[in-house]
Amino acid sequence: MEEDIDTRKINNSFLRDHSYATEADIISTVEFNHTGELLATGDKGGRVVIFQREQESKNQVHRRGEYNVYSTFQSHEPEFDYLKSLEIEEKINKIRWLPQQNAAYFLLSTNDKTVKLWKVSERDKRPEGYNLKDEEGRLRDPATITTLRVPVLRPMDLMVEATPRRVFANAHTYHINSISVNSDYETYMSADDLRINLWNFEITNQSFNIVDIKPANMEELTEVITAAEFHPHHCNTFVYSSSKGTIRLCDMRASALCDRHTKFFEEPEDPSNRSFFSEIISSISDVKFSHSGRYIMTRDYLTVKVWDLNMESRPIETYQVHDYLRSKLCSLYENDCIFDKFECVWNGSDSVIMTGSYNNFFRMFDRNTKRDVTLEASRENSKPRAILKPRKVCVGGKRRKDEISVDSLDFSKKILHTAWHPSENIIAVAATNNLYIFQDKVN
Amino acid sequence: MEGPESAMAVVAGLRTPENVTCVLPRGTMFARGLKRKCWDGDEDVEGAPAAPSYSLQRQSLLDMSLVKLQLCHTLVEPNLCRSVLIANTVRQIQEEMTQDGAWQLPAPPVAGRGPLDHLVSTEILCRAAWEQQGQRPAPDLPSELPGALGAPAPGSAQSCIWEADSSRGHRGSFPKSLDQIFETLESRAPSPVEGLFADAGGPYYDLDAVLTGMVGGKSGPGGGDGLQALAPAGAPPPSASCKRDLGELDHVVEILVET
Repeated sequence: MEEDIDTRKINNSFLRDHSYATEADIISTVEFNHTGELLATGDKGGRVVIFQREQESKNQVHRRGEYNVYSTFQSHEPEFDYLKSLEIEEKINKIRWLPQQNAAYFLLSTNDKTVKLWKVSERDKRPEGYNLKDEEGRLRDPATITTLRVPVLRPMDLMVEATPRRVFANAHTYHINSISVNSDYETYMSADDLRINLWNFEITNQSFNIVDIKPANMEELTEVITAAEFHPHHCNTFVYSSSKGTIRLCDMRASALCDRHTKFFEEPEDPSNRSFFSEIISSISDVKFSHSGRYIMTRDYLTVKVWDLNMESRPIETYQVHDYLRSKLCSLYENDCIFDKFECVWNGSDSVIMTGSYNNFFRMFDRNTKRDVTLEASRENSKPRAILKPRKVCVGGKRRKDEISVDSLDFSKKILHTAWHPSENIIAVAATNNLYIFQDKVN
Repeated sequence: MEGPESAMAVVAGLRTPENVTCVLPRGTMFARGLKRKCWDGDEDVEGAPAAPSYSLQRQSLLDMSLVKLQLCHTLVEPNLCRSVLIANTVRQIQEEMTQDGAWQLPAPPVAGRGPLDHLVSTEILCRAAWEQQGQRPAPDLPSELPGALGAPAPGSAQSCIWEADSSRGHRGSFPKSLDQIFETLESRAPSPVEGLFADAGGPYYDLDAVLTGMVGGKSGPGGGDGLQALAPAGAPPPSASCKRDLGELDHVVEILVET
């Protein structure tokens, strides 16, 4: 793919050549909107940056639309919970767009505790010619006004403003890990470690609890919710995944509290693979419906699996993301990398799936041809407009040129968040504090 | 090789890469996962000392897990998913140790073969566990021991690794008339765990919470009273993501030196 790099500013500009990253700039979520015109990123500092795709000009047909910064705003601020003496991080865990219904754009952004609905709108005209105010906005002395005029709208430089329209707070005791907009466009859900709540966009002081897996005795807690999503077409259906590697599909028509699942997806454990780390690596870090609504994809530590909604007994496809790490699980447990939560995404036609790995590698799997590729998102290895070279990790003895050995992998460079344009082959890859946007080369 | 025009073509043009094959025979994976101090993948080390026995490896993993659970003195609430997974791992190890008969009451320090710090800490923590059972916690231990219990950073009021039931943050202004409609909303009944820590001072509760968390519902041979041979490593692993309490380290070192 051709590469257009769009990188975030590193605050220490005099250290430009080094890879120091201010922690607040670490990207924590990436999401295209429904048309792919906008791309939103959230970071650890609570900021949201929205990129907009340039309109393709007739003069430069060969240049596909590039993404430029459209709007930046502070979505969440750090808070302090005085009763528990704990900080509430401002890190944006997830952003989800609402489908566009008028000229403005709406998105949901959430940190650990609070979901906010933001309206992003453009202003390119301003009224001029007020009677009671002068051009600077100062009030005029009414005695000096001798004529009346009608204010007119005059063009101004485009201004994009983001305003918080709703704040959905105080509904989650545990940390929110997912939000998902329902296909009815009137409701959405937010999921934390133990509960899932259903909200109406118009109502901020109430939410329905639709899943509650908190045991009466917290000492018996052995499983948490790790991700949740609504079905893309059926507004009554949603799925949620757990730390034990299971997925439950629930139908909200069945009961108000969906503690009983309609379907239960779990793959039987392979006894030959059993170790003390089996459960940890089976924990699902992300679950995504296909665009068709027929399949779900789950990501656990070492694999990506595709499930058919009609078959609960096992996945229909399993892809190894970085199986060479299987022998390193103890070290990865020691340095906590085994708890990294990788996300996964479908392409627009559900034929290719993508997920991240370490060393700034990300992987794509073609479901039809069963081919896969490893690519790297890094400035050193690619220049703008360069074609990405496939990478290889070598496990055994002989390392070929251009291959990288498992022991040389940089585990601090992890790609947890990626996004795929809804209809085109454009992907966004977040590598720590840098955002990479790759496009298919035209011609 | 020249890259094809697009990533999709790349995918289509590649043969299945060999790099993702797992080279280890299945049978060794179990042992591989437990190397002491995580000697993962050191197949090519020649003349290295023989891999530590499985039970020592397992003990080491248990130690590491317990340290991970303890070292949650950060200002931010720890990740519940991570804590649950680590706790489940600890439980698995304990169950296996119980089945092996390796789960025994701690021997007096003299008779033990393992590292001294294990045995010393075991005794201390087991005492703490006993004291935890329905009684007031730690403070009646001799003053030179508190370090081994994982004294948290001052100011940390986190009382339980699971505990997140907030005593605030619930919408107190719910109109009664909506109660029926929203009957499934989160209730504010304090959990039993909350009650357990109600009167206690801050310091020892992180580990105590761990202990009670493990102990709840368990009754195995040699563990009828939920006794656990908890032996935190002498020093927390350098890669611990939570802040280390240097005071705690000092205490632990003090204990080791004195014995």
